[in-house]
Parts: sequence; C-alpha cells; structure tokens
Amino acid sequence: MLKQMEGSQAVAEAVALCRPEVICAYPITPQTHIVEKLGQLVKDGTLEHCEFVNVESEFAALSVAIGASATGARAYTATASQGLLYMAEAVYNASGLGLPIVMTIGNRAIGAPINIWNDQQDSMSMRDAGWIQLYAETNQEAIDLHIQAFRLAEELSVPVMVCMDGFILTHAYERVDVPEQADVDRFVPPFAPRQILDPQQPVTIGAMVGPEAFTEVRYLAHYRQMQALWLIPELAEDFEQQFGRASGGLIHEYRTAGAQTLVVALGSVNGTIKDVVDEMRDDGHAIGSVSICSFRPFPMKALKTALRTAQRVVVIEKSLAVGIGGIVSTDVRMALDGLDIAVHTVVAGLGGRAITRASLREAFDRAARNALQRLTFLDLKHDVIHAEIQRLESTRLSGPIAENILRELGIVADHIG
Amino acid sequence: MYQARIHGRGGQGVVSAAEMLSVAAFLEGKHSQAFPSFGSERMGAPVMAFCRIDDREIRLREPVMKPDALIIQDPTLLHQVNLFEGLSASGRVIVNSSRNLDELGLSELQSENPQGCVVTVAATELALKYVGRPLPNAALLGGFSALSGLIRLDAIEEAIRRKFAAKIAEANINAARAAAEAVAG
Amino acid sequence: MKTSHIKFYQTGTYTVGNRLLSDADRSVQSTMERTNSLNSGHRACQGCGEALGARYAIDAAMRATGNRLIAANATGCLEVFSTPYPETSWQIPWIHSLFGNTAAVATGVAAALKVQGRDNTRVVAQGGDGGTTDIGFGCLSGMFERNDDVLYICYDNEAYMNTGVQRSSATPPAARTATTQAVGRSPGNVFGQGKNVPLIAMAHEIPYVATASVADVRDLEDKVTKAMAISGARYVHILVPCPLGWGSAPHDTIKLARLAIESGLFPVFEAEHGEITGRRHIRRQVPVEDYLRPQKRFAHLFKPVLQTDRLAALQAVADRNIRRFDLLEREDQV
Repeated sequence: MLKQMEGSQAVAEAVALCRPEVICAYPITPQTHIVEKLGQLVKDGTLEHCEFVNVESEFAALSVAIGASATGARAYTATASQGLLYMAEAVYNASGLGLPIVMTIGNRAIGAPINIWNDQQDSMSMRDAGWIQLYAETNQEAIDLHIQAFRLAEELSVPVMVCMDGFILTHAYERVDVPEQADVDRFVPPFAPRQILDPQQPVTIGAMVGPEAFTEVRYLAHYRQMQALWLIPELAEDFEQQFGRASGGLIHEYRTAGAQTLVVALGSVNGTIKDVVDEMRDDGHAIGSVSICSFRPFPMKALKTALRTAQRVVVIEKSLAVGIGGIVSTDVRMALDGLDIAVHTVVAGLGGRAITRASLREAFDRAARNALQRLTFLDLKHDVIHAEIQRLESTRLSGPIAENILRELGIVADHIG
Repeated sequence: MYQARIHGRGGQGVVSAAEMLSVAAFLEGKHSQAFPSFGSERMGAPVMAFCRIDDREIRLREPVMKPDALIIQDPTLLHQVNLFEGLSASGRVIVNSSRNLDELGLSELQSENPQGCVVTVAATELALKYVGRPLPNAALLGGFSALSGLIRLDAIEEAIRRKFAAKIAEANINAARAAAEAVAG
Repeated sequence: MKTSHIKFYQTGTYTVGNRLLSDADRSVQSTMERTNSLNSGHRACQGCGEALGARYAIDAAMRATGNRLIAANATGCLEVFSTPYPETSWQIPWIHSLFGNTAAVATGVAAALKVQGRDNTRVVAQGGDGGTTDIGFGCLSGMFERNDDVLYICYDNEAYMNTGVQRSSATPPAARTATTQAVGRSPGNVFGQGKNVPLIAMAHEIPYVATASVADVRDLEDKVTKAMAISGARYVHILVPCPLGWGSAPHDTIKLARLAIESGLFPVFEAEHGEITGRRHIRRQVPVEDYLRPQKRFAHLFKPVLQTDRLAALQAVADRNIRRFDLLEREDQV
C-alpha cells in the first residue's frame, strides 16, 4: 500500500512484516525511531510471537540476538555509529557463528569529535566483519532490502546489515509502497535453521578452534559470502517478479551507456548524483553513475563490466581511511585492475555536510577536464585548514583537532547547506 | 519541483509541519519529501525542516537551498538567523505574527517581492484560541495553503487528521481554516 | 529436598561420610541417571575447583529441569578446557560467544525459548569471576534488572586464571597475581578495592541470590536446585579454588574452600528479593592465617618476615563478614 511515511517507520513496518521473533533495542541517534516503532508494534499486538528486549548497550543488543538466533529464533536489531563500534566484538562473533541476524544501520559519523550526523564511516569500519552489507538508495529500497535481507541471511547462514543513511533516509518522509503481509510471507519463508541449541540434540557451539582448522573456517566464511554474489541478484529478480519493482541487486546503473565519466557511490547520495547526471547529460556531457548496493560481498565482476568502457571513475564516498584516503575507491580500483581507467576519490558528506548538486557538478566538471585530483575533499574549507596547518608549523600543539582549530577561530554553522 | 523551508524553534512542531505538508501533497497524488535539518537541538533552539513537492519522484537529497516558500513559525528568529537565504524573487513567505510586516521590519522584503507574496498571520493566537496550546504549525499550513495555492486546504486538513488524535485534529483544523481565511483576506 | 541440622563430630578430617545421612540426602557421585553434563576427559588442571563446581552445578540444574537445559558460557578456563575443537565435554546444548556478553546471550536464548513456546527448557549462563564481576558486569546487571529467566553461575577463583593469573575485581587483598606482584612496599593486591557481586545482585532485588563453594557440594546442589525452581533472574556465586593461581596443592582444593568459609573470608548465604534468608553458619571460626598459609599467593605475608599488620587487616575483613552476615553459630542454633 502506498503511504507517505518516515523512513524509520517504514523500515520498522517492513521488519515487522518479516516476522522477527526476538528484537533487541538500544537507542542511538538516528536509529531510534525504528526500534521505537517496533516496540510499539510488539506491545500493541500487531507484531505477534515476538519478544522485544530493551537492553543496556549495543553490545548486549547484538549478544541477545546471538543467543536468540542460536536458539532458532529470527533475530533483529538496529544501531548506528558508536553503537556499532561498541558491539564490534559481537559483530564478528555473529558472523563467525554463522547466525543469520539482520541489523539495520542508520549510518552516522564516528567521533571524536562527536557528531550525530550522517556519513558511512560506521558501517565501513565493519566491512570486513563477515556480514553482508547492503546500502539503500531510497526509503523504498530500504524497505525492500530488509525483506530480501532476512531471506538472504537465512539461506546463506550469514548475517546481513542493511545500511541506510542516517537522517537523510531515516528521518525523511516520502512515498513508499509497504508490501502486504501475505506477499512478504510468500517471499520470506519461516526460519528453519539446521542446528540450534536444543536439549533433544545437544550441540556445542562456539568452541575454541586452533591453528589446525581456523584458516579453513575463515575460508568457508569467505566462500559462503561470495555465494551471495549470485544469490543477491537472484533474490532481487524474485522480488521484482513478486512485488513488481526493481530493488536490491549488486549494483544499479544509471545512464551509463556511452559514458566517459562514471560516478560510483553508495546510498542516498545516488539520488542527488542522478539529478546532476541528468543536468550534465542535458548539457552534452557523457556521464552516468553506478550505485553499489552490495558492498560486501564486493561485486568485483559486475562493477568491472559496468565501468570498463569509461575513461574515468569518480567515487563519491562518505567515509575516510585516514592515512590512505578512500575506502570504497580502493575496492573500485581493485575491480578495475589492469584497465587504464583513472579512479578519483571524492570524500564527501562527512559528519553530515550536505552534498549539494552544485558541488558535485563542479567536481564532475573538473573530472571531465581531467583536472580532478586523485583525492579530493568536497567543499573543504581551505581557509580553516590552512590556518591550522600554518599554525602547526610554528607551534606544535598536541590534543584534539577540533578544539585546536577553535583556538584560532570560532566557526559555527551560520548558513544553510 | 516546489521547495518549502520551515523555520521555528525546537518544540514548535517544525518537523511535524514539514511532515504534514508532505502528507497533504501525497494525498493530492504528488511526490513529496520532508526532512528535518538534522540537529540535536533542544527545546527553544532554532530549527528548520524542509519539504519538496513534485509530480515525479524526488531524488535530490540536499537541503532546501533555494526555497519557493518560507514558513516562519517564530518571528523572534527574524533577526537571528538568515531565514531568507536563497529565497527566490517570487518566493512566498508566511510569518507567524500578530504584527504587520512594517512592525516586523520586513517592509524591505515586501517591496522586493511581488504584492501579496509576504504575509503575516497570527497563528499562535489562532492556535491558542482553537487548540488551547501555542503550537502554530497546523494553522500556518492552512495559511500556506491559501498563500501558495499549491495544496488544497482539505488535503491539509486530512494530513492534520492523520497526525493528531480526533479531538485535537479538529481543533487544529479549525485553526488552519481560520488562518487560511485570514491570509485569503 | 528437606534438610535437617546434623552435627558432625568428626573434625580435622574435613570430610563427612554419606553414611551419616539418610538415603535421600546422600550425595551421589555416579549413577546411571547422572547426566555428567561436563563429561570426563576435559583439559582442566588437577584439583580444578571450577571443573568440580561446574560439574555439580550443571548436573543439579539438569536434574531440576528434567535434562532440558541450555548453557551459555563466557570465555575463560571453563570454556577453554571443556571445548578443545573438535572435541567437547559438554553433553548439553552449549554456546560460547564472547567474554563479556554471556548474560546477554543467555537472555537471547531465554527470549527465543519463550517465543517458541519451549517453556520447559531453561537457561544457565556461566563464567568465571573475570567474565562476571568485570568484563561481563554490564550485561549481567542488565539481565538482572530485566529479571530475565536465567540462572547465572559465577565460578569465582579470584583472578584471571585463563590468561595467567591476573588480578580481577574479585581478587582478595594481599593476593599475589601477575598484575599485583609480591614486590615493593605493599606486595600483592591492594586493600580496600574489589566488588561483592552477590550483594550487588541482591541490590537488583532479583528473586534469588546464593553463594556456595566446592567444599560443600550438597549445599551447592541444593542452591542450584532451588534456583531452578524459581523463574526470573537468579545468581549463584561459587568459590572455586585454583591450584595454579593460588599456588596450592591440587589435593587441597576442597580444604581451602572450606577454610575460606570457616575463616569468614567467604560468607555463604542465600537471599531472596534482596533480603538475606539464610546463611551457612560457622561452628568454629578458624584464623585467616590457617587459610592463607597453604597458598603461595599469600606467601609474602609470612616470609621473609611475618606481616602481622596485613594479617590483622585480613582477619578484620573476615571478622567483619562474620558480624555482617551473622555467620557464627550460636548455642541456640545448634
């Protein structure tokens, strides 16, 4: 049914349609509205046969999900930012134990300095933790990806993170089509794990594995996740057949035909990118874009196929690998290994800085002129960093960078965007 | 694409106003996107929310930088925040105040914009009268409907109905109607 | 089980025979029915108090639940020595997740059982003192506070033995560990630190809290049995001497547990909903010195010179426990 609703509420409804049996909740901005709504749905009886557990930390949230999943219950939780880092140990544990937990990430920056706004540093920090990572472009896709995620997780026995940009999607009201229960039931069969904690058939789960078998266990984890490279497109196809709309898959291509410049990005910024692509196509530029939906497993082949005819690739990424630059672009470069294609890293939207059409246009124009650097920080305030760098040359000052800048000049958000 | 920006203070229902406006547009069969300015502001701090309305899917995710309309829920912001940033020359502005534009120091703005594009409406007073609480958001949406002609008043009314419990909704709808009448003159 | 006060006249042997008890009350080491939940062949050290405690506690819980029990286990000695992949000593469904999340994992298991309607299956969480009083404390407190249907058993050997005997918040004052070495002006663990988790558990007003030791496995079994008859959050804290960490002879494990109790250093009591409802009385208090002397971790108190001040401070700890928990048997209680 078509509804105008907030992204978080929509995702909560979608999750409820998947009939989770245990939901663990610990609040963190901007994830709160999701678990609040789920709590309400359980409490008012809309979502039956579900235990909603208010826990004392994110570490406990995922740990409760681990216990529940190992006991054969469909388990769900949601978090963001510091919360994801606080549960990091359990993130690796859940995948190591092969537990098909689904977790929403309301993408948000990582401090210090503390920042509640959107970027994707949080989920990027967990990219190698053995979870499948899907990134939603719109709230509609966030809904659809959750429905696909439960099936994907349970078919492969691998946990799945569905990442949606904090605030930009979680707090945005837009038109969404929330599927019917019967349709979701048809798409997501009941959870039927092969091995659970059961006194009838006692098993030991989580034993200490030594050097003699650890590599094999890790190899098989990798193998299992790589299977998602064919299962994800298959599920997306199934989904389209049943629900009548394309959602999910490994990547989405937009006006890539004949494009000399191709833009690659994850998540909601693809919407703005598409608008800029349209604008530039209208102006005669050969430009298109590719949105990565499945970041883990990384769709190496699909990306190579989509990008191989371009002259240059511009990766817009909402995260930073301090000391090297891009995270996503490093993987994109690997996909393009052996091809003579320039890959530019544009770090954008950190800590919620708005990624505007104007700034993207400027970066893409520069790329088209072959004048874009390998690593660019979009809308970087050069005066601020120059002043601080200059000062550093004369006086060394240890300690927090944000506060050091303040010593020189006070900067407050005094304009829109 | 039509873009509105709503300014107010935390606790005044700014985000709810954007939400209700988007729901009203949705009810009219339009695509609509509403989102807040994403702050950690507490009660009383300046906040804003955005609403885009279009006949096709809205993909743009940047904040509303060039608004076609401004809804200003708190006139005390007028000289504190650059509310008018990016406002187009033909943009509409509705200010919640019982005073007129001259008294608010907005005569310059009025002279720059076409006649009738900048209006004030005593939304807080209307809210107090009909709802009993100084929450001007629903009333201003009624006024906005009259000012912009973009969204019909009955769509606004239905959006209010979906947001609030029956009794409070009706009170807010009355405030919205009164504001619409006041703006329509 | 009904209990009756029996006065044992054999002293000095530290054991009493089953023959003094009625058939029903006799401790049974092995029968066809005993589940041996923690089976033989595991890799624990000789004289391991934790292995002994776990075997009795889990078997008692199995009996109490008709063998429908699931265990969540914290990282630590118990986990490592019982599950060297691909082998396992556990005859019950058992999960190890992490060091600090065992109570939460158990909550998840309980939640799943509830939603699946498997109400007759119960959950035990277990860990050492490090996994309980330190790193797992947040999850433990959360489980208590929510009154989740989990029995948490702490096997307290008073330090991080699995990693090589480092201090935990359950390490007693003056004890030598790898991180509180017997060097400097005040050797061993400092005085005035540490936390009493049974009392903290009581502060959560959970239905049942008890302490026990491997010196009295019948009492231990009784308490676990009692705990399994109650729903909600329950906590049993068992003192389990560690020959390696304590520097004691493997054959002294039970003797040391008994001396810890009889000196007053380890009070054995029960509490329901935050109120103490029972204590194991001490018939004749022994000086703390008798308990400390056989343990190398306290050797610096005796050699090269007798540390009378520090011994007095430890005696004061014991005396305070006795006063506070009313541990000394009085004539009218005999």
